[in-house]
Amino acid sequence: MAKVLMIHPDRCTGCNNCTLACEFRHEGQFRPTATRVHVFSWEREGFSVPMMCQQCDSASCMKVCPTGALHRAKGTTLVEYSRATCIGCRMCTIACPFGNAVYDSVTESILKCDTCGGDPACVQYCPSQALEFVDDNISTRSRKKVFASKFKTAFEGA
Amino acid sequence: MYGWSGTILRVNLTTGAVSRQATDPKVAALFLGARGLGDKLYTDEVDPKVDPLSPENNIVFAPGPFSGTFAPSGGRYHVVTKGPLTGAIAGSNAGGSFGPELHYAGYDALIIEGKASNPVYLWIKDDQVEIRDASHLWGKWVPDTTDLVRTETDAEAKVACIGPAGEKQVLFAAIMNDMHRAAGRGGVGAVMGSKNLKAIAVVGTKSIKVVDTKSFEGAVLKGRKLLKEHPVGGAGLKAYGTDVLINILNESGALPTRNFRESYFATADKIGGESLSANVLVRPKGCFSCVISCGRVTRVTNPKYAGEGEGPEYEASWAYGADCGIDNLDAVTKSNMLCNEMGMDPISLGATIACAMDLYEAGIVTLKDSGGLDLSFGNPDTIVDLTRKIGLREGIGDQLALGSYRFASSHGHPEYSMTVKKQEMPAYDPRGVQGIGLEYATCNRGGCHVKGYTIAVEVLGSPTKLDPRVTKDKPFYVKLFQDLTAAIDASGGCIFGTFGMSGDNYAEMLTALTGITYSTDDYLKAGERIWNLERLFNLKAGFTAKDDTLPERMLKEPIKSGPAKGEVSHVPEMLPEYYKLRGWDAKGVPTKERLQQLQLA
Repeated sequence: MAKVLMIHPDRCTGCNNCTLACEFRHEGQFRPTATRVHVFSWEREGFSVPMMCQQCDSASCMKVCPTGALHRAKGTTLVEYSRATCIGCRMCTIACPFGNAVYDSVTESILKCDTCGGDPACVQYCPSQALEFVDDNISTRSRKKVFASKFKTAFEGA
Repeated sequence: MYGWSGTILRVNLTTGAVSRQATDPKVAALFLGARGLGDKLYTDEVDPKVDPLSPENNIVFAPGPFSGTFAPSGGRYHVVTKGPLTGAIAGSNAGGSFGPELHYAGYDALIIEGKASNPVYLWIKDDQVEIRDASHLWGKWVPDTTDLVRTETDAEAKVACIGPAGEKQVLFAAIMNDMHRAAGRGGVGAVMGSKNLKAIAVVGTKSIKVVDTKSFEGAVLKGRKLLKEHPVGGAGLKAYGTDVLINILNESGALPTRNFRESYFATADKIGGESLSANVLVRPKGCFSCVISCGRVTRVTNPKYAGEGEGPEYEASWAYGADCGIDNLDAVTKSNMLCNEMGMDPISLGATIACAMDLYEAGIVTLKDSGGLDLSFGNPDTIVDLTRKIGLREGIGDQLALGSYRFASSHGHPEYSMTVKKQEMPAYDPRGVQGIGLEYATCNRGGCHVKGYTIAVEVLGSPTKLDPRVTKDKPFYVKLFQDLTAAIDASGGCIFGTFGMSGDNYAEMLTALTGITYSTDDYLKAGERIWNLERLFNLKAGFTAKDDTLPERMLKEPIKSGPAKGEVSHVPEMLPEYYKLRGWDAKGVPTKERLQQLQLA
């Protein structure tokens, strides 16, 4: 069973521990432009949303990549990136509708989530469980259950 | 350099000159960053007798070595200047993203000198630094200022700014960043206003390097685990915020009520953290790199006090609440939101209103003075109304904007002001909690709890439990907490990190980050060095041992009711032992020997 990085914006406190962990795991330093996960915060409303590549089944980035630098190994779910075959055309950054493939001028490469090889640092460091690495067919279970509990409450009250 | 960015940025607003200097590795090793490095850069260059609101005063913004790393809750920056409220060195720090961003832009400190001839803001994008016109922003409140500056610079820029209170030099005006985070105390916002500096916007893309990545991550994970397992750091603060302290302090009989006339507030629960979470909390919020999330995103739906924003913290809830005899959480929350939006310290503000109410009930301040406003204790409309008036310096707000000491003095009764060195004492009655009284009396920035938070041991039992009513051992703990806090502040850490982590953890992280070996003793010694540097500045500014005291009400009027009934503060008895432990003479002056030990002489 494949795992997916599930985002729970309702739990996010906007602390950016995920971005820091991502930078550190990939580069051993804290460089804000090195992160593969981004947190957007709306300060007036006090709301934050982490964003990262969701490894689309039908991935636009892969489709437009002329060299196969973005590819998927047979039988896996991860969209992998090969720096060696990338020509830096940035087509993937245009094609991804979520903005989750980013060109980094410092390393001259595309930055996208690689799930840290199956043990994502962002998940480990999130203090609020706003990011979870879970089996994809139960990824929405907790959310569904929260909503289901509203039915429970409604019927109990009736 | 590792941990430090290696560069200090200097902007002279009088001449428009922008310059850079290298961070001196020896100074950085001794004073760390943030509060320590800021203190050093500030005190080296500014005459302690300077008028805080004159162009000759500097203001320094400094992140710490931890700021921008994932050291737990370590993303703070410190503002250092001479405070207009106290005339002492003012250091206020804030979380949020501004400090880390300044560090990413490549700067260990930003020194602002002089005064611009017209309103300006600073736009810093890594090496590019611009002084831009801010005439169109003058008068704008904090949220609008933040949005407008972002529109003109970068949508994701981190912005620190002042609101109308800073512009009008309210003596307890704050500097606000990320809209809701405040470098709150001592009037640092008024200093920014005096320089015609409306805002600073930063985007940084550089990196903070770590010497020993494996040890650093190990130390960070260890610290995170300790915090998670701690009842306060791990669960308490996220569930209820700092306002959970209302009921705790009230039950121990040390919740100052009605301008410290009493220390027990019968309906305190209505303004406590449990009520806050049940009624106005939208969600908890964390500062940059925070694992605690004590921040409160709040919304008031009651049309009379409607608003959305953040807070209140415990101290704000106390100042507007119990200290003014008010148990209306909606009004307290709204007043606190106004403080954020106008850029003011809710502790000094609420306590100044409490003082005015006390004077009014005593018949000293009259309806004529207040412009017809009934200043009796307990009216929730008063705090909302006066907060606006103070922020805009309208009517009686113009006088209240000077703080309770100047306000009460102008009516001939300074003894009604519950201040130390003219700064309002916060939310812990020093008669009921002896150690915190000694902290208030000796704190370098005037009446303040956070620079030596003995409440941890005296009330919360972390890491050990001491009897709050006794004086034994308190000078020792006050000194220890002051030194440790100075070192944590100088690292860019949040003191709430000590609800789980100890000096050992901080020293371990700093060592792995910077490559300079800090034992726990070295770390505490850095804090002691910083404390003494601040003390020397204050002595040269004209303060003496006579200023290390509390208002007479605390020393002579016993608590009237509640669990701490009959208690007074014993600061005068504790002070000699405190001086001795500090290596200061009987007049509170550091001895040459101690200064040499601390490499300050």
